[in-house]
Amino acid sequence: MMAFEHHLPILQVLVPMFAAVLSAFCMRGTTAWAVALVASWAALLIAVLLAIKVFASPEPISYVMGGWTVPIGIEYRVDRLNAFVLLLVTIIGAVIMPYARKSVAKEIDSHQQAWFYTMYLLCLTGLLGITVTGDAFNVFVFMEISSLSTYVLIALGRNRRALLASYQYLIVGTIGATFYVIGVGLLYLVTGSLNLADIASRLGGASAEFQRPIIAALAFLTVGICLKLALFPLHVWLPNAYAHAPSVATVFLAGTATKVAVYLLIRIFYSVYGAAMPFTSLPVSEILLVMSVAAMVLASLSAVFESDTKRMLAYSSVAQISYMTLGIALANESGLTGGIVHMMNHGVMKAALFLALGAVFFRVGSVRLDDLAGIGRKMPLTMAVFVVAGLGLIGVPGTAGFISKWYLAVGAIEKGYWPLAFVIVASSLIAVVYIGRVIEVAYFREPSANVASTRDPPLSMLVPMLLLGAATLYLGVYTEWSAGLAQDAARMLLGGLK
Amino acid sequence: MFALSPEDLVVLALLIPAIAAVLIPLFHKSPNVREAVTLVAAALVALTVWSLLPLVLSGIRPSMKLAEPVPGVALAFAVEPLGMLFALVAGSLWIVNSIYSIGYMRGNHEPRQTSFYVCFAIAIAATMGIAFAGNLFTLFLFYEVLTLSTYPLVTHKATPEAMRAGRVYLMLLIGTSMVLLLPAIVITGVLAGTLDFKAGGILDGKIGAAGLSLLLALFVFGIGKAALMPFHFWLPAAMVAPTPVSALLHAVAVVKAGVFSVLKIIVYVFGIDTLARAGTTDWLVWAASATVIIASLVALRQDNLKKRLAYSTVSQLSYVILAAAILTPLSAIGAAMHIAAHAVAKITLFFAAGSIYTAAHKTEISQLDGIGWKMPWTMTAFAIGALGMIGLPPTAGFFGKWFMLQGATQTGQWLPVAVIMASTVLNAAYFLPIVFRAFFAEARPAYSLGAAANVDSDAQHDHGEAPWPIVLALSLTALATLALFFAPDVPLALAKLMVGG
Repeated sequence: MMAFEHHLPILQVLVPMFAAVLSAFCMRGTTAWAVALVASWAALLIAVLLAIKVFASPEPISYVMGGWTVPIGIEYRVDRLNAFVLLLVTIIGAVIMPYARKSVAKEIDSHQQAWFYTMYLLCLTGLLGITVTGDAFNVFVFMEISSLSTYVLIALGRNRRALLASYQYLIVGTIGATFYVIGVGLLYLVTGSLNLADIASRLGGASAEFQRPIIAALAFLTVGICLKLALFPLHVWLPNAYAHAPSVATVFLAGTATKVAVYLLIRIFYSVYGAAMPFTSLPVSEILLVMSVAAMVLASLSAVFESDTKRMLAYSSVAQISYMTLGIALANESGLTGGIVHMMNHGVMKAALFLALGAVFFRVGSVRLDDLAGIGRKMPLTMAVFVVAGLGLIGVPGTAGFISKWYLAVGAIEKGYWPLAFVIVASSLIAVVYIGRVIEVAYFREPSANVASTRDPPLSMLVPMLLLGAATLYLGVYTEWSAGLAQDAARMLLGGLK
Repeated sequence: MFALSPEDLVVLALLIPAIAAVLIPLFHKSPNVREAVTLVAAALVALTVWSLLPLVLSGIRPSMKLAEPVPGVALAFAVEPLGMLFALVAGSLWIVNSIYSIGYMRGNHEPRQTSFYVCFAIAIAATMGIAFAGNLFTLFLFYEVLTLSTYPLVTHKATPEAMRAGRVYLMLLIGTSMVLLLPAIVITGVLAGTLDFKAGGILDGKIGAAGLSLLLALFVFGIGKAALMPFHFWLPAAMVAPTPVSALLHAVAVVKAGVFSVLKIIVYVFGIDTLARAGTTDWLVWAASATVIIASLVALRQDNLKKRLAYSTVSQLSYVILAAAILTPLSAIGAAMHIAAHAVAKITLFFAAGSIYTAAHKTEISQLDGIGWKMPWTMTAFAIGALGMIGLPPTAGFFGKWFMLQGATQTGQWLPVAVIMASTVLNAAYFLPIVFRAFFAEARPAYSLGAAANVDSDAQHDHGEAPWPIVLALSLTALATLALFFAPDVPLALAKLMVGG
C-alpha cells in the first residue's frame, strides 16, 4: 500500500497514457469507451488520493523519476494548486465519460470511435502531465501531447469546417508552444536548470546580471501560454474549435484545457517569477488586467450576436477565462482565490452547458438558435440544466459563478480598483442577454416541426448533465471543496511571493 | 404545530411554497388537484407566519445560519419586526391571490397554467426568504430569485409585446441589482466586516459622510424593485402580464420586496441615527418627492386602467422611500404601515381591474361609464381601494400618511409635508373620476367612444359580475383595507418594535 501511494503522481499520468495505447488497439468503439471510462475514473481516484495527502500536510509531494536527484532528474511535484487542478480535470473527465458513449456513437463514424477515445485519453494524459510535472521542459512535452490530440479531436467533427478549425488551432497552438519553449530556453541559459522550483531559486541571483533575457523569457512564456488559454486578443482559434468539435470533445476541452493553461500561467508567474523577484517589478499585472477587462466586455458582446449556440458559449468562455486571468493580475488573496476557484466553477458550469447542447444535438441534430424553438417544453430536464448553468455564468447568487465574482470584486476593492469592481459585475449583465436569448427561444416560441417529437436524452446522458447542473448550485452554497481549497492554494502562492 | 420551534416555522415558511412548486407540475393533468395544492400551501404558509407573529411580538427573534459560502458571507435567516410584517402581508395575500388567480386564469382560458402556478409558488418562497433574510447576502440571493421567478409570469402571454416587456423587466431589475446593489453589498462587507442586519446599523464610523451618501445611492437605486425614478420603467411595461401577476408584482411580492429592502437597509444597515448625523441624504428626499409627484402626474394622463394603477404604484412606493428618508422613528413607522396599507388597497384595485377585464373585456377608463351598476361588488371594492390610495379614513392608507406627516413636521421638514399634501390631491384627481364614472355616468353606446375603444360587440354586451372566486377575493381585500383602519394593532406594534430596537 505504501509503495502504491508513493507512486501516485506518476500513476496520474501513466494510467490514461497506457489506457490510450490499449484503446488504440480496440476494434470496437464500445470497448475503447469502456477502457476510457475505467481510466477516467481511476484518474479521478488518484487525484482524490493526492489531494487528500497534499491538503493534509504543509509540504508538497515530490516524486523523482528513475532515482535521479532533483534538479538533474525530472521531478513531479504536487502542491495545493495543482492538486486542485488535477481534481478539476479528472472530475470533468470522469463525469462526461458515461455521457460520451451515446453521443460519440451518434456523431462519429463507427470506425473512428476507438480513435476518438484514444485521442481523448492522450489529451487527458497531456493535461494531467502539464499539471503534475515540476519540470519546465516536461511541461512542453505534455503540452504537445495534449495539443496534438486536441487537433485530432477537433478534426473528428462532422462538419467539414472542423478541419479548418483544427488547422487554425494547429497553427496558433504551435506558435504558442514554440513561444513557450523559447521562454524555457532563455531561462535555461540564464539559470542552467529546467526544474521549476530550481529555476525559481536561481533566478533571483541571476536577475541582476541577466535582467533583459529574464524579462524576454517572461514575455515569451506569457504570450505562449496566453495563446493556449485564449486570452483576448489571442482567442480567435477558440470559437471555431469549440463550435465544430464533436460535442463530447467540446465539453472536455471547455472544461479542462484552458484551465490547465491558466494553471501554468499562475505557476510561472507566482511560483517561478514571483518567488524569485519582487512581483510588482514585473510588467505583467497591468497588461493582464487590461486584456482581461477587454475580454470580459468584448468577448461577451460577441457572444450576444452569435446564432450558433455552441459558438456563443465559446465566446462566453473567452470572457469567463478573463475572470481567471483577472484574479491572477489582482495578486491579492481574495482576487487570486477568485481566479483559482473560477477554474473549478467555470469548468463545471461550462461543461454542464455544453453537455446540454450536446444532448440537444443528439436529439435535434442542430444547435442553431432558431432550431431550438420551443425545446424547453420538449426536453425539460436538459434545458433546466442549461438554465441553471446559464444562471451560474451570469453569476446569480446561489450559483457557483457568484462565489468567483464575489472574491474577485472584493479583491478589486481591497486593491483600491473601485471602477474594476463595477466592470466585473457589469460584464455579467451581458451574459444575461445571451443566455436570455436562448431561454426566450427555447421556452416562449412555439415548437417547430423538427423538435415536435423530441424528448430528453437517455439516462446515461441525462445523469452526468444533472450532476453538473446540481454541482453548479451546490458549489454556490457549500464551498469547502472549491473556494476553501482555492483559498489554501492562493495563500500558499502568495506566501512564496517576494 | 406547537411542537415546532420558531426556527422551524421560518424554514417552513420557505419550504412550503418550494414544495408546492415541485408538487404542482405532478398534477399537470388534473387542474383541480393542482389548484388544491396551491390553496393548501397558501393556507399553510399563512398559518405558519401568523403563528410566528405572537413569538416575535413577545420578543423572540429566531435566527439560524444554514451555510457560509464565503467566510463572513452566510446564508442566514433572522426574523425581526419589519420582516415579520412583510411576511404577514405576503403570506396572507397569497391565499386571496390564489383564489383570484383560479377564477381569472380559468375565466380567461389562459394557456400554460401549470408553469404559472409553479412560478407563483417560487416567487412566494423567494419573498419569504427576503422577509426573513438575516444579512445582505441572503437578501440579495432571494431578491434575484424573485426577479427570475417572476420573469416567466411577466412574459406569460408570449406575445412580442410581452417578450419586450419581459426583457425590460429582466434587464432593469437584474441590471440595477448586479451593477449597483451587488457592489454596494461588497463595499459594505469590506468596510463593515459584516453583512448582518443589526439594530442601529453596521456602518457607524466606518465611512465618511460623503461616502455614506454615495453608498446609500448605490443601495437605493440598486434596488430597482423600489421603482425610484429613473428606474421605474419596468413596472408600467410589466402591465402586459395577466392581472393576478400584476397583483403579485404590485401588492404581494415584487415592489414590496423593493421598498421593504430599502427600508430594512436604511434601518438595519445604515441606521437612522447614523444617517441623520451624517446629514447628507437630502437628495433622497428630493428624489423620492420627485418620483411621487411626477408619477402621479403621469398617472393622471393614462386612460388604460392598469397603466394608471401602475404609475400610482410608482408614486406610492416613493412614499415609503420618502418616509424612510425623513429619518425619524415616527416616519419609519409610517413607512412600515404604508407597506401593509398599500398592499391591501392596491391588490384590491388590481383585482377590480382584472374583474372588469374578465367580465366586460374592458381595459380603458373611458369605457367604464355606468359599469358600477353592472358590477356593484367590483366597483365598490374599487372605491374602497381608491380611498386607501388617497389615504382617507376609514381605510388603511390613512395611518401611513399620518405618521409620515408627524415625523416630517416634528423635524421641520416642510418639503415632504408639501409633497404628501400635493400628491394626496393628485391621487384623488386620478382615482375619484373613475369611481364617479362607474356609478354616475350614463353608459354611452360604443360608437361615441374614442378611437382607442373596442368598437365591437364586447363593448356593448350584457355582462354581470366576474366569476365568484374573483368577487370573493376582491371583497376580502377590500374588507382588509377597511379592517386595517379599525384594527391597525398588528402592523403598528411591529413597526414600533422595529424602531424601538
